[in-house]
Amino acid sequence: MSEAAVSEHVEFVLPGVKCAGCIAKIENGLRPIKGVRGARVNFTTKRIAIDYAPELTPDALRRAIAALGFDAQPVAAAAPVADDRESKALLRALAVAGFGAMNVMLLSVSVWSGASGATRELFHWLSALIAMPTVAYAGRPFFKSAWAALRRGRTNMDVPISIGVTLATALSLFETIEGGPHAYFDGAVSLLFFLLVGRFLDSVMRDRARAGVTALMRETAPGATIILPDGGAAWKRADEIEPGMRMLVAAGERFAADGLVEQGETLVDRSLVTGETMPEPLTRGGAALAGTLNLGHPLTVRVTAAGEQTSIAAIIRMMDAAGQGRSLYVRIADRAARLYAPAVHTLALASFAGWMLAGAGWHQSLLIAVAVLIITCPCALGLAVPVSQIVAAGALMKRGILIKDGSALERLAEADCVRFDKTGTITRGRLVPAGALPLDAQEKQAALGLARASRHPLSRALTAALEADHVEVAQLEDLRESPGIGIEGRLHGRRVALGRPGWLGLDAGTSVAPQMAFGLDGCRPKLLRFADQIRADAGETIAQLRAMGLESVILSGDRREAVLPVANALGTTALVELLPADKVDAIARLQAAGRHVLMVGDGLNDGPALAAGHVSMAPASATDVGQSAADAVFLGDGLMPVAIAVRAARRTRAVVRQNFALAIGYNLLAVPLAICGLVTPMIAAAAMSASSLLVLGNALRLRRCAR
Amino acid sequence: MSGLGLLIPIALLLGLAGLAAFLWSLSAGQYEDLDGAAVRILIDEDEEA
Repeated sequence: MSEAAVSEHVEFVLPGVKCAGCIAKIENGLRPIKGVRGARVNFTTKRIAIDYAPELTPDALRRAIAALGFDAQPVAAAAPVADDRESKALLRALAVAGFGAMNVMLLSVSVWSGASGATRELFHWLSALIAMPTVAYAGRPFFKSAWAALRRGRTNMDVPISIGVTLATALSLFETIEGGPHAYFDGAVSLLFFLLVGRFLDSVMRDRARAGVTALMRETAPGATIILPDGGAAWKRADEIEPGMRMLVAAGERFAADGLVEQGETLVDRSLVTGETMPEPLTRGGAALAGTLNLGHPLTVRVTAAGEQTSIAAIIRMMDAAGQGRSLYVRIADRAARLYAPAVHTLALASFAGWMLAGAGWHQSLLIAVAVLIITCPCALGLAVPVSQIVAAGALMKRGILIKDGSALERLAEADCVRFDKTGTITRGRLVPAGALPLDAQEKQAALGLARASRHPLSRALTAALEADHVEVAQLEDLRESPGIGIEGRLHGRRVALGRPGWLGLDAGTSVAPQMAFGLDGCRPKLLRFADQIRADAGETIAQLRAMGLESVILSGDRREAVLPVANALGTTALVELLPADKVDAIARLQAAGRHVLMVGDGLNDGPALAAGHVSMAPASATDVGQSAADAVFLGDGLMPVAIAVRAARRTRAVVRQNFALAIGYNLLAVPLAICGLVTPMIAAAAMSASSLLVLGNALRLRRCAR
Repeated sequence: MSGLGLLIPIALLLGLAGLAAFLWSLSAGQYEDLDGAAVRILIDEDEEA
């Protein structure tokens, strides 16, 4: 018993889980392992939670999952946990408020239909018993936020709500004790219910954003194999690695820290850090950057900077700093509340004072003041924004655009210029053969045999192209790869090679396009050219954005020769050879001039720029860092989602404004009635529900906003 | 009138039971993995037995 109680718990990220079969395979594969007490895959978050006996280690479990054919990545300790506690608390409050509202309303309807005397008093007392705990529980999110705002000397939407609800409940209790005819319990509770619906929707959108941030550190290696002073080797987490240690980096592994190569030579893919698509050779004495990918051979690296000191950590810090400006953004609802709250309070106070002066007595005057507060309570206002935004976000999601939160839509509507990254954003970030491959059937088979065995991006591009053509693989012998040069083998005794043009005796010329050569013994070597294709609808997208008044400029870290053809093809201007910090500067200058920049980018090197932009978008092919820094992520091979999202955001803003106008218009009608003392609890409840429904109906029109 | 004494408590209790059931399901993690629940039905449990 006591033995079973000591269980360790670990969670891994499982990006490869795609179907029911994967779940069954992993769970059933782990359960028979001795010491595993429970394993459950969460398909939604792509994670697995394992309870195990202390004799096992997380590393052993990771290997066990790898043996089942899945890549398990440790959840980085630094990454914040995706936390949906706030949504849960709101959902609980919503459930309680819903229960309270229904029952109190049921009792109220009997009172309105003419219950009198002892029955009315009984019903009022029952309502009070239900309403007071409900208000105390379901009102907490509003009370807390209102108190926090008041303490800082500010006011927000929650201040009038809290005052209105509290006063209405207190006064209704007084009425109940006195046996009076008007109790506003139904108004107070259903107000909370409607507002909690809006608040919950808003919070659900924000959770989606946070789930993205959790993945932030995943691109960097979680750890590395460290060579111990006694010659042994041990796996250490990235945060345990210190400068001076020597780490072994296998082919296909990411560097967990910055360092200098002590032994071995290889090719590294630095696209994550620099945005450069072509791999670069790395030899003894060369500098390896954390987060870059070792494509070729195993290396021994002496660590020079680890953890917070690495260049990738510096980029992430830059991103945090750049994102600070955005947190100063004030949501449209709060901006409205700044004007609205003082007006409402003055009005309620004025009606109270007015009726006191008119000699109505403090009880009557207070009742009228509370009626004014309830009528003006921003019920429709509280729903106007979140409902419009969630409907618009739902419509965009169907078009493959994931908006992370409501404020992103508001900021997207304000954007007045666009800055694009090139690689992976304007282009697909995927190399494809330029034109038809100059190879015959046999050569294609041999080329596929060679290309499949190499990790070089050009080989991979060739593999993808040939496999898409359903080329059969030739069986090759004696495969040998020389990093940075090429790969060779034998086909029925004839030498075949794929690699640098110079290696095969071809003149590469001055072309900047990525290229490689293929040679089959006895035939003339052939040059294979590759290109990173511009997304098919990029030109059309930029034209549409221009029509909406947003001018586009390319900000690229790439060389001038690589960027120029793209810029010319699209008819835009471009800034080239920019470091991550330069991109941030370029955007900061625009923002300082009062512009609102929409940044579209994908790489880690765009991360700070994405965070610095007023609003930002990233393609789904982007790095995790890019995706989590962006406000919206779009799927697919096109760039058109950028234009669609801007258009939808502007329509959403228009509908939100209409909703505000509706809510205020309703107030203009109802407030005079309330001030005159003509509003009974029944009229208040009916007016409140009607205005909320009107706002909801108007927001639903946004379902087609992404067309 | 006498019916009310019976019906109101019954109505309230039923409502409370529904509320309690919802709050339980929320805290018991019934909504943690909605996509997973949808695909788990496809897992064939006899397969590996």
